[in-house]
Amino acid sequence: MNTREIIARCEHLFEDLRFGAVKEWKAAKPGRKAIGYMPIYVPREIIHAAGMLPVGIFGGGDQLEVIQGDAYYQSYICRIPRSTLELGLTGRLDCLDGMLFPSICDVIRNLSGMWQIMFKDKYVKYFDVPQNYDDAIGGEFYVHEMQQLREDLGKLAGKEISDEQLRASIAVYNENRKAVRELYAYRAQEPWQAPTSELYLVLRAGCVLPPEEHTQVVRAYLAAARTEERPRRDNARVVLSGSFCEQPPLSLIKSIEMSGCYVVDEDFQLIQSWLLDEVPVSGDPLEELSKAFLHRSISTSSKYDERKEDKGKFLLKQIKDRGAEGVVFAAASFCDPALLERPMLQGILAQHKIPYTAFKYSENTGQMAPIREQAGTFADSIKLWSAA
Amino acid sequence: MSTPIQIVPGTSTPKKPPPAQKEDSMLLQKELINGNYHELATAREMNRKVSATFVPGNLNELLMCFDFARSLPETNALQNGMRKKSGKMIMDAERDGHSEDVCTYVKADLGMMLQGQVGPTGEALPTPDVLLLSYTGCFTFMKWFELIRQKYDCETVMLHVPYQGDGRISKNMRDYVLKQLKEKVIPTLEKVSGVKFDIDRLRQYMKESVKAEEDLVWTLQSAKHKPSPIDGYFGAVYYIGPIFTAFRGTPEATKFYSVLRKEIEQRIREGKGPVTPEGEHPGEKYRLVVEGPPNWTSFREFWKMFYDEGAVVVASTYAKVGGVYDFGFRHDPDHPLESLAEYCLGCYTNLNFPQRIDMICKYLDEYQADGLLINSIKSCNSFSAGQLLILREVERRTGKPAAFIESDLVDPRYFSAANIKNRLESYFQMVKQKRAAGMGAKPAGHAPMPPIVPAPTAH
Ligand code: SF4
Ligand code: SF4
Repeated sequence: MNTREIIARCEHLFEDLRFGAVKEWKAAKPGRKAIGYMPIYVPREIIHAAGMLPVGIFGGGDQLEVIQGDAYYQSYICRIPRSTLELGLTGRLDCLDGMLFPSICDVIRNLSGMWQIMFKDKYVKYFDVPQNYDDAIGGEFYVHEMQQLREDLGKLAGKEISDEQLRASIAVYNENRKAVRELYAYRAQEPWQAPTSELYLVLRAGCVLPPEEHTQVVRAYLAAARTEERPRRDNARVVLSGSFCEQPPLSLIKSIEMSGCYVVDEDFQLIQSWLLDEVPVSGDPLEELSKAFLHRSISTSSKYDERKEDKGKFLLKQIKDRGAEGVVFAAASFCDPALLERPMLQGILAQHKIPYTAFKYSENTGQMAPIREQAGTFADSIKLWSAA
Repeated sequence: MSTPIQIVPGTSTPKKPPPAQKEDSMLLQKELINGNYHELATAREMNRKVSATFVPGNLNELLMCFDFARSLPETNALQNGMRKKSGKMIMDAERDGHSEDVCTYVKADLGMMLQGQVGPTGEALPTPDVLLLSYTGCFTFMKWFELIRQKYDCETVMLHVPYQGDGRISKNMRDYVLKQLKEKVIPTLEKVSGVKFDIDRLRQYMKESVKAEEDLVWTLQSAKHKPSPIDGYFGAVYYIGPIFTAFRGTPEATKFYSVLRKEIEQRIREGKGPVTPEGEHPGEKYRLVVEGPPNWTSFREFWKMFYDEGAVVVASTYAKVGGVYDFGFRHDPDHPLESLAEYCLGCYTNLNFPQRIDMICKYLDEYQADGLLINSIKSCNSFSAGQLLILREVERRTGKPAAFIESDLVDPRYFSAANIKNRLESYFQMVKQKRAAGMGAKPAGHAPMPPIVPAPTAH
């Protein structure tokens, strides 16, 4: 398959707000179950080890008309909880047997309780992760939380989840993360060959496909992208930061690229690269998942930085590793995590003399002209700067 | 979120209002709060270290074990709000790069720092030596102290308090908090203060806490009387002042609550309603439960909209932000650290939605209230995200009318007096009609009265 065909398939999966792929997967074998998760991170390995399909729910995008969901939220709250409720209330999430709400912010936290009330027949879990990174403190708490999830899902599946199953799932996700890492590295190397608007769709396919199949899609795309010659442009290389929850519309990503930026790193789908390296498949599986989380995972606003010096380190590393020349802060309107973090990151970039620009969007932002203009001006200024 | 205020006469309406009526407890409360600001202002001279922490999950007794002068940034923000100083602070913070979308408590605090840290009473406050990041019930807390640390390089210690997502406190959650207290929080406080931790000192303070907690609960529950001798929202913010801030565990707090209790006992004996800033309440016509914090920048004007109409708030969730005591929890001198963990885990904003709804329904029932009013605060996702479901659920379960208004804590740009007044008037009208139709009854064949809510917004 060529990139066009692969991307067409991914785009179809992305646009299908009725989650046909999930339904098909469930229908293929009686008794199969699917568990949804919201941003930002859950250990999908445990869901997979229960024989279930983890399904990433990232709101309704710009195609969903939100009617019922709006009746539950004030105007000053971001859009993802309303569109997610809309998905639920219109029956689009009926194919899910449960939902996990990670500890990303108070909006998603509160949505977990709303879900308990509004979808009483589903398994609903607020999934807390530690903000203390000592194995004996945060680690122990986290292992217990994962154990609880394991027991809950075991009950839902009708049989306990064994260590062996967990290890096998860890191996599956290790492969998936490895493929995603390769894709990221390739995009940073030759962003004209694997534009972010395509990479994004490839990643989003991972929200609904089983991980084994998603890994193949990533690899197939990578292989196809390497063989196709695409025109190289003199674009500015930027990292996009702050879009980890409510997603920008695809047209916004395209607009940034069209305005003269190569997005060489971003944080759209953090769950897929959250753990930075292989999780060992020997040893106690939950402890290994915990260690990876505590000591070898990405930084983002919803995670506490233990020391002042840690702030911005991850972003600086992204910039350095990917050879970026600037940062575009793109946050959902009213997004506390992204918007409270932003001034700290900007301060650090200023110290390092790294240029940045910032704007807000919502998942259904339709007006692209101002963003194109802002990103274009930013790209030009970077080019001028580097020419000077 | 949070917090307690001291009732400051003559600061909240454009025309100079008459001086607020004060009783002994109010004077005592004012003395305590002002005294604490003075202690903070003179901490450096007195060679004392300064801590800052949040009202929910406030470990006051523990901080006292290390002789810290204790600052509560949320209280500073709201005191500045009441004194009409917060608007400029917020704008300064926004000019300094903070988004218009985020919590105004944070921006008021950062703005105050930008303006040279002059505190609400006019004395300059010191930069804290330690930030005790009690991460309970609010995501913003984490960023707030990271922001301060980034700017002022303060030593910061995280106490992560897991959320009651399943509506209960598990052993794992309790153990986790306890371990952090023992292995992270206490060693850091020892290091910063140079004082060795003495658990017996903590027990001693907690004995005082229990006494004050008993009297606080008695005070808040006195609103079950008809007429209610207190206002459980506007009045309660001043009752919770000492115990939610730097005084829980002190003999001063014990004294304050015992004086307060005596005053209220007297009011009950005399069949009196609450005291308002303009004197005696004109007479209880409506008994309400309120969810959500008040607005501080127009506090008196806001309160007046209620008492002018004869409304008394008999219970509020806001009066529980610094600790939920009315269902039996007390600090336990025999298990001091365990009870600190339990306390943090049980704060109102750390409860899940079904728990919050249960609590409100219980209040409506036990305090024989006519209905629920939600004051939705723009700043506060912790309180506000999903409140419209609370409103619907409470209405469905109790059959009592509910209404929804919107404002902000300390940003004067988001207090629209005319809108709020209009909506309150319609609401009181609705309560009256509902009463005429038979209180709380849901007659067959009649659709329940639609709640007063803002029209859905195109987002
Ligand atoms: S967009 Fe931001 S504020 Fe909204 S739910 Fe996501 S993380 Fe929370
Ligand atoms: S978000 Fe709410 S709870 Fe948190 S600091 Fe702001 S007002 Fe307080």
